[in-house]
Amino acid sequence: MDLTTKYLGLKLKNPIVPSASPLSKTLDRVKRMEDAGASAVVVYSLFEEQIEHEANEFEHYMSYGTESFAEALNYFPKPDEYNLGPEEYLKHISNLKKSVGIPVIGSLNGISKGGWMKYAKLIEEAGADALELNIYYVASNIKEDGAKVEEIYLRDFRAIKSTVKIPVAIKLSPYFSSIGNMATRLDEAGADGLVLFNRFYQPDIDLDKLEVLPNLELSTSNDLRLPMRWIATLYGKVKASLAATSGIHTYQDVLKALMVGSDVTMVCSELLANGIGRISEIIKDLEVWMEKNEYKSIDMMKGSISQKSVADPAAFERANYMKALNSFKIMV
Amino acid sequence: MQRKKVTIDGNEAAAYVAHQTNEVIAIYPITPSSPMGELSDAWSAVNKKNIWGTIPVVVEMQSEGGAAGAVHGSLQSGSLTTTFTASQGLLLMIPNMYKIAGELTPTVFHVTARSLSAQALSIFGDHSDVMSTRQTGFALICSNSVQEVMDFALISQRATLESRIPFLHFFDGFRTSHEVMKIEQLNVEDIRAMIDDSKVKEHRKRAMTPDNPFIRGTAQNPDVYFQGRETVNKFYMACPDMVQSAMNKFAEITGRQYHLFDYYGAKDADRLIIMMGSGAETAEETVDYLLSKGEKVGLIKVRLFRPFSVKDFIGAIPKTVKEIAVLDRTKEPGSIGEPLYQDVITALNENMSESKPLFAKMPRIIGGRYGLSSKEFTPTMVKAVYDELKKDNPKNHFTIGINDDVTNTSLDYDKDFVISESGQVSALFYGLGADGTVGANKNSIKIIGEETENFAQGYFVYDSKKSGTSTVSHLRFGKKPIKSTYLVTKADFIGCHFFGLLEKFDILKNIKDGGTFLLNTPYSKEETLTKIPRKVLEQITAKKLNFYVIDGFTVAKNTGMGTRVNTIMQTCFFAISGVLPKDEAIAKIKESIKKTYGAKGDEIVKMNYNAVDKTLENLFKVELSEIKPSKVEIPPIVSDKSPEYVKNTLATIMEGRGDEVPVSQMPVDGTFPSATTMWEKRNIALEVPVWDSEWCIQCGKCALICPHASIRIKAYDEKLLKDAPATFKHMTAKGKEFEPNTAYTIQVAVEDCTGCGLCVEICPAKNKKETKYKALNMADQMSIRETERENFEFFYNLPEFDRQKANVTTIKGSQFLQPLFEFSGACTGCGETPYVKLVSQLFGDRAIIANATGCSSIYGGNLPTTPWSKNKDGRGPAWNNSLFEDNAEFGMGMRLSVDKHNEYARELLIRLKDKVGGELVDGILKADQKDETGIYEQRERVAKLKDALVKIKTDESEDLLSIADYLVKKSVWIMGGDGWAYDIGYGGLDHVLASGQNVNILVLDTEVYSNTGGQMSKSTGLAAVAKFAASGKPRPKKDLALMALNYENVYVAKVAMGANDNQCLKAFLEAEAFEGPSIIIAYSHCIAHGINMTKALENQKAAVDSAYWALFRRNPEVAKEGKNPFKLDSGAPKIKFREYAYMETRYKMLTKMSPEHAEDLMKLAQVAVDDSWKVYQKLATD
Repeated sequence: MDLTTKYLGLKLKNPIVPSASPLSKTLDRVKRMEDAGASAVVVYSLFEEQIEHEANEFEHYMSYGTESFAEALNYFPKPDEYNLGPEEYLKHISNLKKSVGIPVIGSLNGISKGGWMKYAKLIEEAGADALELNIYYVASNIKEDGAKVEEIYLRDFRAIKSTVKIPVAIKLSPYFSSIGNMATRLDEAGADGLVLFNRFYQPDIDLDKLEVLPNLELSTSNDLRLPMRWIATLYGKVKASLAATSGIHTYQDVLKALMVGSDVTMVCSELLANGIGRISEIIKDLEVWMEKNEYKSIDMMKGSISQKSVADPAAFERANYMKALNSFKIMV
Repeated sequence: MQRKKVTIDGNEAAAYVAHQTNEVIAIYPITPSSPMGELSDAWSAVNKKNIWGTIPVVVEMQSEGGAAGAVHGSLQSGSLTTTFTASQGLLLMIPNMYKIAGELTPTVFHVTARSLSAQALSIFGDHSDVMSTRQTGFALICSNSVQEVMDFALISQRATLESRIPFLHFFDGFRTSHEVMKIEQLNVEDIRAMIDDSKVKEHRKRAMTPDNPFIRGTAQNPDVYFQGRETVNKFYMACPDMVQSAMNKFAEITGRQYHLFDYYGAKDADRLIIMMGSGAETAEETVDYLLSKGEKVGLIKVRLFRPFSVKDFIGAIPKTVKEIAVLDRTKEPGSIGEPLYQDVITALNENMSESKPLFAKMPRIIGGRYGLSSKEFTPTMVKAVYDELKKDNPKNHFTIGINDDVTNTSLDYDKDFVISESGQVSALFYGLGADGTVGANKNSIKIIGEETENFAQGYFVYDSKKSGTSTVSHLRFGKKPIKSTYLVTKADFIGCHFFGLLEKFDILKNIKDGGTFLLNTPYSKEETLTKIPRKVLEQITAKKLNFYVIDGFTVAKNTGMGTRVNTIMQTCFFAISGVLPKDEAIAKIKESIKKTYGAKGDEIVKMNYNAVDKTLENLFKVELSEIKPSKVEIPPIVSDKSPEYVKNTLATIMEGRGDEVPVSQMPVDGTFPSATTMWEKRNIALEVPVWDSEWCIQCGKCALICPHASIRIKAYDEKLLKDAPATFKHMTAKGKEFEPNTAYTIQVAVEDCTGCGLCVEICPAKNKKETKYKALNMADQMSIRETERENFEFFYNLPEFDRQKANVTTIKGSQFLQPLFEFSGACTGCGETPYVKLVSQLFGDRAIIANATGCSSIYGGNLPTTPWSKNKDGRGPAWNNSLFEDNAEFGMGMRLSVDKHNEYARELLIRLKDKVGGELVDGILKADQKDETGIYEQRERVAKLKDALVKIKTDESEDLLSIADYLVKKSVWIMGGDGWAYDIGYGGLDHVLASGQNVNILVLDTEVYSNTGGQMSKSTGLAAVAKFAASGKPRPKKDLALMALNYENVYVAKVAMGANDNQCLKAFLEAEAFEGPSIIIAYSHCIAHGINMTKALENQKAAVDSAYWALFRRNPEVAKEGKNPFKLDSGAPKIKFREYAYMETRYKMLTKMSPEHAEDLMKLAQVAVDDSWKVYQKLATD
């Protein structure tokens, strides 16, 4: 049975790729991912903020209170050598490349025009096979119009893409007026892959403390519906590879994502909740299902239920909305 | 041979040689020697090898006694072994020093000579410690400068191997150990050439080994012990020549020739000073000056003090000498004279009785003391000694440098006399601890010392407080070697890096006429001139100074540097001082920025470069013609209302003029009045909390957590408000416990507040209309200083809440009790002091406190002022710090004494029953003193008793009168940090726990030696980085509580006030109520954790939530009721240990240094937490 797929021009042995998460922070865990069958790994993100501020912050805490009191002129042993976020990240990428056989995809997360962008090149030099660019932008300035926001995405993407030779994927949020159009423009700008979608963590309110709470909830399979709809829509209309992310938990999710047209499926919450071992279980389940249902390859199913391939393309459009609402059984 | 020039301090110079010439290093941190151990550890951690190509092992022991034991064992087993110590640490090594010397074992101990604790502790330099070891059999060799420290470290290493006599190599604490100086660094080849490997092998051959067994360390009897003791004579006789031969060999290699006694001065000198240590450098400088004036003076620098070679000593003295002054940097009360003086007399006397004596007539010899505790020793004092020798009847047993107006020992000296070295530039910098001034100056010295031909010297004076500190940097640069081992007294350049310091110090007192003055100001140039105090402007004009101003804080803010003005002020210095050509200097600053920050990313480098460039644009010269008369007056240092002693003595010390305090103003036995911090209005906070009564729920948490007792609560009769200042805030007291018409106020002492913000953080009451505000909010201090000063004074004079009515079992109620520990010098946001203060509130009016040396003894007892306070009845904690190691025993002694007094008083009561009255006696004897009412009533009875006793007038009645107060229950507290409780004092602590005595032990657990700069203790957590655990502590924190739980009759509690204040309060109340030993282990967040101190309560919560710091109480009283006495007060882990740990730099930094290792340790740490949680759970369910 042929589970191989192609993503960002890379030939992958199967469509299961762990997405950027703290799990890839240690070599050991990435090795376990490889052993469990992951076909590539997106390494945790290097954040613009880390690049800009971490050195400052570390310097602050290492030197806070020093040279003030005769008995304690400092409080920590002076490290001979240390790596702050960016250096640590590059070192990690290069270590991963030395230690694992699967493609290693770096991830860079930023928004402003600034020094962090040069890290794309450095990640390439450290040996990454590809780069995933995550532009996480909350348009909190209500005077800023949508066109401007879109321009930021395109500007940042172009700036990064022009500095590297390795393929660059861009991870998008679903919050565009016309997500399809946005995806197409990025595709035209040379995106090698579109990763759909970034999950925006929405803050909660703590009623006891009257405070805003940062809130990170793991995804569920239901979260896959949104990427599915848009991958189904984009399939066959863009040159870029398509990756489904958010809501991949089971082999069924993988199958659905592939059938709407994904080249790879990215898994994260499932591994955080139930361990890295879930990769091999999902692959096994996938094989069993394909065997049973007589699929010989991933290619056979890829895009088979995309918008252009389904009998009723309207199922992915507004018409389906009414149907869905009307199908809800009122239980009270 | 080309040798590298380096600018390092004495500690580094000693450690540099010691690390390369030893195999085992066993140490224990003690100021000022700690950096030697830390550097050795750091070098070994990066695999730096010794001259034999192997990495020395560095181990931290539990005490200096332990270090000495380990050194002894290692030496006996054949390794080249060393240690570093000072002061009390050296005293603890004495027993082993006798053993090491008695067994003729080669080693060199490197000692930063420091004062001993007598009437007071002092961390500063003198020879009291070293002189206490002169009888041990160790050779004593003294270095006078940083260069000599490196040289003598090597010379003594060679000499010890050859002579088999162990050496104590010493140099002056701080003055030499911390002075940064440009020196020539010895090469590895130099060191190699000085060490004779055959002697190393002989040392190994003498080692204990089962392959060639023997017995050493026998017990000997009267028949042979004496003879045995005399066997070593020949070794001691041979030793001086061996040292001289090592010095000669060293001279061959380096060109620097030393002698056992180095003479400096006129060949035909008639007056001679004999001394050792850094002061000899100053004496040499003064001799040069006096010789230039035609005076016939000379100086002998004693290098090898033990074994004392009379032959070499006599050989060093010119025959022409008629008058000799011997200067000792120590004090031996009751002796005929100090040690060097006595030795000189003995040596000369012995020589006089020889057939060909040096002198036909014995010269006149006087002895004197100087420089105790780093007291300044300057050319004018040296000159005064030489002048004294000219007199017909010079003063013997004199002192120099102080005003002894009691026994008149002191010599007068000319306060205005200074020696100006031609071509030398001196500079003074006044800065804040937090602004990076010292770091920048060290960097400037490096630039000048290592990048140019100039010599450079830096010495730094720090604050004795830990918050709102100021620093003074003393720098010298010049073409000639610098011999001035004293503070800068006439400066070419003075930089004041914080405007407010103009009011604190007489900054321009020591500037030369026509000198350059640089002021960092928060104002524009024009506004600055209207804000500078009159006195300062007059000095600028009168001395015709080149005056420059810069708004460094704005430059820092605009260039992203935050509040650190270091780079900015350093740039100004180089731009205007003329020490180096400006452009060259700026280029060098940038190079050094690149060197320092290069590895940490371009962003910091760019930011600093930008700061340098922006500095030059914002630096302005003020022409003298622009200066107009000013009306700004410097306020008096203390209020007129302060007590006489504060006004006359302590205020002088506060002003930085403590050197002027005469002997008569010092207490004879180290006793100082309580409650004096209240007069030292430091005004160090930029922002302070402001109370918004509209939202206040009167929980009292703010007052509880305040580390400095600067937020206070009172409930009082609202009628008293009629005299309140207009801006005084109040609300109606909430709760059934209050009478109607009771007013409630939370008042901030804004002049004492350090601005930590913990109160705002803990405040649970949100402003419901705008949730970013609470019932307490930080606001600018300056704009409310005047009104709040008045408000606090009014508040302070309101009556205290009646202790009997306060429900002390609640946080709210407990915070009505007056804190009797206030406004200490602890760090801003200190995690220890809230506990200390709580003790003072709950039990302070009847507490006796034994305080181990450490942070708590420093913020609790460092002059000038004392935070331990008293209430309006004159009652308050009686406090004392004995030592570091003996605190538990010290406190137990107090308990024994208090109990004895009580027992005897009860006996006397019974004997006097008829005279005093049966009812009163029975009342006293049977009194229930379990609560505040009981205590109050007993005090009333004792007052009646005293009235009665006064009238009886018998021996017994007078006896009882002297101890009657002990009939009121006393509360004995034993406090200290984890360094004391887990390590150095554990043996005593364990004994006290086992003793059954009614003492309360409070362990302020910061998990490192905080006071000496963050060295690992046994309390340090697994995976945390600390000094001596640079790659993360590989073993778990010692569970002191569990060890205490082994004793069934001990009250044990583990608390974290920031996580659960109620549990904490309960623990304190129960511990004190328990009639036996109690121990409370209190989580104390600390600056040494590398955390945001304002948010430290979150760290405390996380520590508890992860179960790393499980909260519990074990009360033996509960067991008497047949219940499980162990109560687990915190719940099952809510978060993983790593979530807590990685909030703190001490854990996080390892992930930056060695991520995989950090991960391994983190896993082990989680296992340790899980395991200990299981143990506690089991204890709770058994």
